[in-house]
Amino acid sequence: MRLSRKALGIPYAIFLVLFVAAPLLVLVYFAFTNGKGQFTVANFTGFFTDPNTLGTLFYSLCIALVTTAVCLLIAYPTAYFLAKSRFHRNGVLIMIFVLPMWINFTLRITALKEILTLIEGNLAYFPFLNSVIGMVYDFLPFMILPLYNTILRLDDSLIEAAKDLGANDRSAFFKITLPLSMPGIISGVAMVFLPSMTNYVVLDMLYNSTYIMGSLIGSYFSAYNWNGGSMIALILLAIICIFTILTGGDEEENRRMGGSLL
Amino acid sequence: MAEKIIELKNIKKTYDNGFTAVTDFNLYVNKGEFITFLGPSGCGKTTTLRMIAGFELPTEGEILLNGKDIANLPPYERPINTVFQRYALFPHMNIYENIAFGLRQKKLPEETIRRKVKRVLELVDLEGFERRSVATLSGGQQQRIAIARAVVNEPQILLLDEPLGALDLKMRKEMQLELKSMHDRLGITFIYVTHDQEEALTMSDTIVVMSEGRIQQIGRPEDIYNEPKNAFVADFIGDSNIFNGIMIGKLKARFAGGEWSCVDDIPEGTHITAVVRPEDVLLTNPEDGTIQGTVTSVIFKGIHYEITVEIGKSEMVIQSVHSAKVGEKVGMRVNSDNIHIMVAEDNTNYFTVDINSKFRLEFNGNVLDTSVTKILKGSKRLEDGTLVDANGDAIDPARTKIIASIQPQDMDMTDHIEDGLVDGYIKNLIYKGDHYSYVVHTEHGQDFVVDDEDLWNMDDHVGLIMPVEKMEFKVRR
Repeated sequence: MRLSRKALGIPYAIFLVLFVAAPLLVLVYFAFTNGKGQFTVANFTGFFTDPNTLGTLFYSLCIALVTTAVCLLIAYPTAYFLAKSRFHRNGVLIMIFVLPMWINFTLRITALKEILTLIEGNLAYFPFLNSVIGMVYDFLPFMILPLYNTILRLDDSLIEAAKDLGANDRSAFFKITLPLSMPGIISGVAMVFLPSMTNYVVLDMLYNSTYIMGSLIGSYFSAYNWNGGSMIALILLAIICIFTILTGGDEEENRRMGGSLL
Repeated sequence: MAEKIIELKNIKKTYDNGFTAVTDFNLYVNKGEFITFLGPSGCGKTTTLRMIAGFELPTEGEILLNGKDIANLPPYERPINTVFQRYALFPHMNIYENIAFGLRQKKLPEETIRRKVKRVLELVDLEGFERRSVATLSGGQQQRIAIARAVVNEPQILLLDEPLGALDLKMRKEMQLELKSMHDRLGITFIYVTHDQEEALTMSDTIVVMSEGRIQQIGRPEDIYNEPKNAFVADFIGDSNIFNGIMIGKLKARFAGGEWSCVDDIPEGTHITAVVRPEDVLLTNPEDGTIQGTVTSVIFKGIHYEITVEIGKSEMVIQSVHSAKVGEKVGMRVNSDNIHIMVAEDNTNYFTVDINSKFRLEFNGNVLDTSVTKILKGSKRLEDGTLVDANGDAIDPARTKIIASIQPQDMDMTDHIEDGLVDGYIKNLIYKGDHYSYVVHTEHGQDFVVDDEDLWNMDDHVGLIMPVEKMEFKVRR
């Protein structure tokens, strides 16, 4: 007997229930209960009234914003050059930028730590700067790849058409090239901004003891405060959702753009 | 006297990789003219257009617009607009913004822009499309918007790069007429690029036929069709039968195995190319024809039959309102003023070689000592025995024609018939000072010009030795 489509879908359904829906429900349950299992919104109000947690949120946003901006500033010209250079076809250049991702993350950050120590003498002098450098180093390829893919697919004749219609190089870039690279910019930002709000390992390894959202959740959990930690995770999830909706969050697009080389 | 609007002088374009796309290009265009660059892909027509638009800079030469050299101006400083091959509409803007783009660059007031956009949308018959997005338009509508976006700037010259290439046949025919009437209404000079000869003949005031980076002929459509300057033009424009031949007397030519009287006065002994249009061949009884042949195929084409007649090794395609039977022996006549004779560019001998089932080249039943893969650049044999070209597409030997050529001085004559690749009888000889130039007529009706220092006699039966390493090959499909 042939397997019906429905039957083939069963393993995925089980997977989704076990690893996506169930954890989410558990998270929601913990977020809205106290230690005794009673319903409460105290975790929620607590987050927004505690200056420490709000400070962490602010610090995380700062790190994420600066990281994303720096990544974008470095990645856009790089991706543009890679896509428009006549060597783009052999893929070697793009490989040079992707290659570091294949080396273990901790190893890379450890190497970076040594280099920064050598330059700065002591990492404690510039914790914020060091964290941003670490984040940028870690996330840059995720910004370059979607941008590269978008710019690569950009039809040159559109830029020619703009110039033909009287636009100079500058105007053609800002009116045609940049708007048409928006999907890539959005994917890149989504892939850099959100992880850099939570990736506290980079901070830990670079001896930045300030908490960001990730470390905050970690600290709640290690103190067995499942409820508070869950609420923060849930709030983070909400922020991600809002961000995705605001940027027109096309998951399909993200996967297509970033996934093709990752 | 018409006023010149643009003039191209000694234009040459060589790319960084050394490829020369256009050379020796001289042309002027009159104000208000509809001029078409016509040629096969890779002939340099698009490159020339791009140089006029400013997307490419010529390596040498001048482009004079109203007498001023603009060859090195960037595209945005030229009063010239382009309709691109695949329209190149901006996908992130609506129709209004697309059309307004050029006007906004000139910083015109919004009110003027709105008026102009509205008017040009009326011109292309798409009123009320302002707020539509590009993606919702059909190919034909996108085409019109692309034209509107260009003409709204009131350019002095409108360049059109194969604008109808992406449309289906019916739409293309409609747009041809529409473009023509738009040209009449606007009075703008149109420079149009196409590889479609019918399109060029339908629309243009003047056609520039191009091949391999050079202008082959400039003329009115009628002139190009009726009086092609060389074999390339004759072959490219309309259907033609093209034969190599020789002048054998005053107003007498021999080609296709027959002797014909003609109206072109060319000295005896000159190697010629004769062109006969299929509609000009009259079918007769075998005994009444100038030449005879056997019908090999008859195809009904609606208003006429297309009849192919085999004459020895050559073929004549005939369009006739009367049908014929396959296998029938027929005679053929052509009125002398319908035979168009051109002096061959040189005395090169051209002949067709076949690809046999083992993918070897064959001429006159003899296998040539060379391989197909050497001649077809980038082609290779796959393990399963098929032949593919550089793009990996299969090559069908039955549908691939290979034209070989050899110079008269590279050939030799011999008494030993079996030593030659082909044999024939000497039908003409002329003393050329230090050598004789012979015309050898083969039994299949082909003529070869052979230079030889020794004196042979008329009607001698000789074998022709043609070394493979001296031959050049070209592929035609």
